[in-house]
Amino acid sequence: MAYRGSKIDPKKMGKDQVKILLLILPLVIFMALPIVYIINHAFKPMDELFAFPPTFFVRRPTLDNFTNLIKVSRNSGIPLSRYIFNSFVITLVTIGLSLVFTTLAAFSLSKLKYRGRNMLMQINQIAIMFVATAVSIPRYLIIAKLGLVDSYLAHILPLLSVPVALFLVKQFVDQVPQVLIEAAYIDGASDFHIYRKLIIPMIKPAIATAAILVFQQVWTNMETSNFYINDDSMKSLTFYMNSLTNANNTVAGQGIAAAATLIMFIPNLVLFILLQKNVMNTMAHSGIK
Amino acid sequence: MKSRGEKILKRKSKVGRLERNNKNGYLFVLPYGLVFGVFILIPVILAVILSFTNFNAIEWPSWVNFLNYITLLTRDEVFMQFVLPNTVVYSVVVGIGGFILAFLLAYALSNLPKIPRTICSLIIYSPSMTSGVAMTVIWRVIFSGDQTGILNSWLMSLGIINEPIIWLISEEYLLPIVIIIGLWSSMGVGFLSMIAGILNTNQELYEAAAIDGVKNRFQEVIYITIPSMKPQMYFAAVMSVVNAFQNGAVSTLLTGNPSPGYAAQLIVNHIEDYGFLRYEMGYAAAVSVVLLLLVQLFSKGADRLFASKDE
Repeated sequence: MAYRGSKIDPKKMGKDQVKILLLILPLVIFMALPIVYIINHAFKPMDELFAFPPTFFVRRPTLDNFTNLIKVSRNSGIPLSRYIFNSFVITLVTIGLSLVFTTLAAFSLSKLKYRGRNMLMQINQIAIMFVATAVSIPRYLIIAKLGLVDSYLAHILPLLSVPVALFLVKQFVDQVPQVLIEAAYIDGASDFHIYRKLIIPMIKPAIATAAILVFQQVWTNMETSNFYINDDSMKSLTFYMNSLTNANNTVAGQGIAAAATLIMFIPNLVLFILLQKNVMNTMAHSGIK
Repeated sequence: MKSRGEKILKRKSKVGRLERNNKNGYLFVLPYGLVFGVFILIPVILAVILSFTNFNAIEWPSWVNFLNYITLLTRDEVFMQFVLPNTVVYSVVVGIGGFILAFLLAYALSNLPKIPRTICSLIIYSPSMTSGVAMTVIWRVIFSGDQTGILNSWLMSLGIINEPIIWLISEEYLLPIVIIIGLWSSMGVGFLSMIAGILNTNQELYEAAAIDGVKNRFQEVIYITIPSMKPQMYFAAVMSVVNAFQNGAVSTLLTGNPSPGYAAQLIVNHIEDYGFLRYEMGYAAAVSVVLLLLVQLFSKGADRLFASKDE
């Protein structure tokens, strides 16, 4: 019999689909294990945390670890709410500003013609590969020179330009048909008007994806709190949570660390579930093509 | 050749803004460009300059020409013996291996109906959300050196080993562990874009290909799937390269810096070691420049393979 060609995006589970699912199931389980473990670990009471042999699933879930976490942070002088506030402000401002900056630049680099445009894109392309650690020293010098040490700006400014996000968004703007823009010009629209009313609505999926990218960079960033911030009350929640997981070798420390890890993980998960449909569908339809 | 009249017409027409030098372009790119310049471009240039100096972060740097590079290439035994080989192994396995794994997984997933596909992709994507770093606490418990470690306890109950293995201090296992964690957390946005790319390939192409004599799935993937999702492959490849060189933090968090016997020391860790522990900033900068060049080399490869020619 002739080969039929495979079915992408089948409508229902057939024999073939079950085969594929069984094939990848071990890997999926492996990928899920640490996450499942984190969720279970965070709710374990003390005796289960140190049980031998170690248990994977929680048997008698409790909120002890979370209350301990709050207790520890009460004693540390700086309330937990301060770190939450810091991270909240930093993340929100960074995502907002960087999306505006990135979409503006992407529109300019994709649709407006001017001298040096290609060179700018080239430089950005090279910068995608840039590794933050590689320039953390000169970055520190610049932040110190600008007098940004111990300020919110030190958290925000260095993360505003995310070359990968620009690359991604520009690929999408490239997809917006030139005819539409020409038509808008003839109707008398200004460049900004076109950006605002034409480009932005058409690249919403790219914006969702870029938002996830930027969020991850900001949320998981510890470099800033490590190097550019000396004042403890200005550090981020991520840094604080991480210092909890590192500094507490005490018995209660393990449970607190597990609770902290779960807390840090949840915003990621929520954001992804909210934007997931956008990311997958848009990449496919108006996608990077 | 355009006639003169046509040129004048173009200049006067509103649409001409698309063709000629549009000053607004600079204005739109300015905010991004400014931040980019100050926090990415200038630091890179400064790093290159610093790499030719001796700088301890306190005194003014003194110019030493190529001394740092010469030392790096001829005298830094740790770099040549451990750091460079580790980095190459790590980036090949996590970068290239991760990329291939991501494609295979994306291909398998796209052959599933919507609901199981979405659930599976969420699970596979979830580790990358945490960037590995936040997960250190879990890995520590899993690879814990005594019998309360999950892995030790499992292996012992299965009778594979008799004594607990001290995973995180053992020079033998450290690099593989860091690589596994790297792979585990490497299915990120690039992986999602691959799923989207495969789902988006034109279904009629598959039917046409079957008629034209494509005989199996493998041929189909090579001749249809991959060529029609090149932009997504390119994006994913770029993300893989970036990932492969940025995960140094995992080994530091697991075992400290430097890692025992330099077993899992990557270039990123080497830079931190010299820059922030020994304060030999000039030397650290030289290592950074070598790293930048290395990443460029890799990314050129991705460029060759997947960048579309018509751009």
